Amino acid sequence: MIKLENVSKKFHDTVVLKNVNIEFEHEKTYAIIGSSGAGKSTLLRCINLLEKPSTGKVIVDGIDLLKDKTQLNPVREKIGMVFQNFNLFAHMNAKKNVMFALIKVKKMSQSEAEAEAIKQLTNVGLAHRLENYPHQLSGGEKQRVAIARALAMHPKAILFDEPTSALDPEMTQEVLKVIKALNHTGMTNIIVTHEIKFAQEVADIIIFMNNAEILEVTNTKEFFKNPKTDRAKEFLSNMI
Amino acid sequence: MKVNFGAIVDYIPYLLGGILVTLEIAIAAALLGSLLALVFSLLSRKKGILQAAIKVFIDFFRGTPLLFQLAFFHYGIPQITGIIPTPYISALVIFSLNSSAYLAEILRAGIESIDKGQIEAAHALGVKSWDISFSIIIPQALRNVLPAIMNEFITLVKETSVVSMISLTDIMRRQQIVSAATYRFFEPLLVIGVIYLVMNIVLSNIGKILERKLKYD
Repeated sequence: MIKLENVSKKFHDTVVLKNVNIEFEHEKTYAIIGSSGAGKSTLLRCINLLEKPSTGKVIVDGIDLLKDKTQLNPVREKIGMVFQNFNLFAHMNAKKNVMFALIKVKKMSQSEAEAEAIKQLTNVGLAHRLENYPHQLSGGEKQRVAIARALAMHPKAILFDEPTSALDPEMTQEVLKVIKALNHTGMTNIIVTHEIKFAQEVADIIIFMNNAEILEVTNTKEFFKNPKTDRAKEFLSNMI
Repeated sequence: MKVNFGAIVDYIPYLLGGILVTLEIAIAAALLGSLLALVFSLLSRKKGILQAAIKVFIDFFRGTPLLFQLAFFHYGIPQITGIIPTPYISALVIFSLNSSAYLAEILRAGIESIDKGQIEAAHALGVKSWDISFSIIIPQALRNVLPAIMNEFITLVKETSVVSMISLTDIMRRQQIVSAATYRFFEPLLVIGVIYLVMNIVLSNIGKILERKLKYD
């Protein structure tokens, strides 16, 4: 459903993505791993054009996003995103955070949006936090609100950009549990993460990146048993 | 000469009448100026000719005295155009433009203080730029710079006193008229000083109430 063709990205003179080709299939879970600066987050951000590729094509459900600008928002509506720093709207409480795009983008009525927000927040275990503002929530709670906000849109895919990197180990577990529960529920999940064990547990396919390039796209079991590239072997041996 | 409020007591309603003139200009300029400032600060988020033009405009109005701007508009420009504006129009135009320049800078700072992540999150949800500006950026920016905006409004109320130069009968002008008629300065000046002070105390309290209303953390 999501296809990147020959995608490259440069910031000034620094190449952050070099000729990336990959296709994400419907309803599978992908983990993008690799050392810091490998281009993992940039790749993820190219999918919904938060980062505009310097060259190449981004195709979602057959739509070439760089060509057809009018389709960008409709496509973004179908692809949720969860950020490292949560990025909740600071002036809205948890419920309003979830309701906002339902009203503005999905054009739901106030009461429909509210019902959906309560449902989604309850599902991530935050029924008691509906009226709390982001600054009153813990890191783990903030990230769960962010996940509820993405899920409320009923997206076909969710992009997770290092969703637990800003959290302590305990909160990390509570967020990972929520993400894990989304596995194979009808969405494509694409997760950039440093939690290698987690990647091993949830992903169907591992995308291993190094130095702005994709080195491997391998079935998870296979990747951890028998990585194809030396760089991946080295990366994995450093993990233990 | 002793202080004698009895000598000007008959003129006090006349002095108080100046409040309406002052408020009329201050409120109209605050509204028009805010609207313009909002447009300027949103337009100048994107680089280009528009941004450069807005910068020149802001530099001019912040870089020259208000008294000069008023004199230039009311006495200077009519020499070329032949169209003499009424003092009220001149005051309204110059005060609106002048305060818009200051407010635009205040708003720009407020807009820049908003964390980019929230804007990205809204884009990622497919929210239109217009909705992002008006529902995410501006409410938070306004809240962050409200004290500075109230400061600008207080300055505006005080600065309207220069309209007496183009013979608008605001509070200040009325004091001059009363002083000329009664040969008394201390009493009418004291009265109008108190008038200005009270107006601005009320204004600053409105600001504090608004601040509390907009508070979310």
